[in-house]
Amino acid sequence: MSDDEERKARKAEGLDPVHVRVVDLKKSYDGVEILRGVTFDIRRGVINVIIGGSGAGKSVLTRQLLRLERPDSGRIEVDGTDVVPLNDWELVPFRKKFGMVFQFGALFDSMTCFDNVAFPLREHTRLGRKEIQDRVMQRLEDLRVAHAAPKLPGQVSGGMQKRVALARALVLEPAILVYDEPTSGLDPVSSRLVDDLIAETSEHYGVTSVVITHDMASVFKIAARVNMLYKGRIEASGVPDDILRSENPVVRDFLTASGVAMR
Amino acid sequence: MTGGATTDGPERQAAKAPASPPSDGSRREPPLLSRAFDALVAVPVALLAEIGTLARLLFETVLWAIRPPYRGRVFVEAMEFIGVQSVFLVALTGFFVGAVFSLQVIDGFRRFSAEGYTGTVIGLSFARELAPVFAALMVSARAGSAIATELGSMRVSSQIDALTTMSVAPVQYLVLPRVVAGLTMLPVMALLFNLIGLFGAYTVATQLFGLDGGMFQERVRWFVDPTDLRQGLAKAAVFGVAITLIACRQGFYAEGGAAGVGLATNRAVVHSAIAVLVLDYVVTTFFV
Repeated sequence: MSDDEERKARKAEGLDPVHVRVVDLKKSYDGVEILRGVTFDIRRGVINVIIGGSGAGKSVLTRQLLRLERPDSGRIEVDGTDVVPLNDWELVPFRKKFGMVFQFGALFDSMTCFDNVAFPLREHTRLGRKEIQDRVMQRLEDLRVAHAAPKLPGQVSGGMQKRVALARALVLEPAILVYDEPTSGLDPVSSRLVDDLIAETSEHYGVTSVVITHDMASVFKIAARVNMLYKGRIEASGVPDDILRSENPVVRDFLTASGVAMR
Repeated sequence: MTGGATTDGPERQAAKAPASPPSDGSRREPPLLSRAFDALVAVPVALLAEIGTLARLLFETVLWAIRPPYRGRVFVEAMEFIGVQSVFLVALTGFFVGAVFSLQVIDGFRRFSAEGYTGTVIGLSFARELAPVFAALMVSARAGSAIATELGSMRVSSQIDALTTMSVAPVQYLVLPRVVAGLTMLPVMALLFNLIGLFGAYTVATQLFGLDGGMFQERVRWFVDPTDLRQGLAKAAVFGVAITLIACRQGFYAEGGAAGVGLATNRAVVHSAIAVLVLDYVVTTFFV
């Protein structure tokens, strides 16, 4: 059976290993092309990491993936459906498949940590007060931040804010979790704790994870698949070992500069 | 829903960066006439672009108003913030505007022995002009600036993007309640300004100048029609939509970190004040 046939067969069983397929995605601002035809797959149920230096287009790619912006051209297929042509109204069911952990948490600073996590439940479910209370506290306990529940985001540390943000992203049980620079601004110990958290979350909840980062220590610790973005294109893709052994000069330069490979 | 300006990543900053001049020094300044024309055209073009952005935001707001969910608590909170929390400021300024206006009118009318018409002039000017305009300026300074700052901070810290990723329409959740609160609470504030302002004017007229209180009240009752009050309330409603929409627009599309938020707040207050005065003229033309 060919790869394509196998993919179709697994898809028929609801087990398509490709959860999100990005095809020839382009995006420009003021005539300057930032994404120049990005093509890659996000594999189901594993941690997919997108690496790249500053200015490579990682943030722009994230915004297109979540359809916070409409790409100029290309396709983003989520479970086989192209979400690029959809309007805001039609995007609602697709957005519910995604959970997003922003770089600095993006918690609502006028709400307590509890209310932040409860917010998606209050917006999208008809759960009662008690059920919301139980579900929110369960998520906060899973992530070991239950004690932060009554506090405002500004009253807790950056690491705890990220955990609360993760709890908020997880509370509606999304199928895909996107992390934007999850270890940025954290000390090395906190960074490794966040890595553990991402790995635990992926395993425990079985979600497809997409991690946007340039922290190479994270990459080789948690990634199942790595895609390297360079000048608006995917320069290399594969399992971490493929990337580590790559002879591509751009990849080599990036790894060397990151201190994970010798020249 | 999510269109418009957002926080700038390094890629987009690079995209916005001006092209560097050619190294051979061949870059030439455009002719003076061309530069003068560009400068002349830039202002109306920017003005039209701003009006277009506001019109689009208003259109989106109206569209989201007819779509569920309807979040009663968010509307009440916005009305409390824009209306109830402005009561003291509106009342205080109303009293002193009434008092000082009374001083000036009586001083002027004395010159031709027409002090008896003080109540008429003050009643009419408060009902038609002073109450809606001053109430709008006060609410804009207090609540408009706060709205722009709050939404601007939410924009630059990705909180608005977070709303979108949680399938909550930011215009419906953030802009609609504030615009509705402006539409409903500004007429209430104008009415309050009217009452307190007349009380201030009455106090000065009767206590400082010894005018007959009965005559003052009678002149107000006799000359100020419900039409005059309706004119003032209609203006207040228009101003309420304008100042909340402008404040939301500035905050919602803020960019450039803390400095950008400061700029958005500043623009919200300045643009609102200009809009109130321009709209005052426009709305008045429909009534006279």
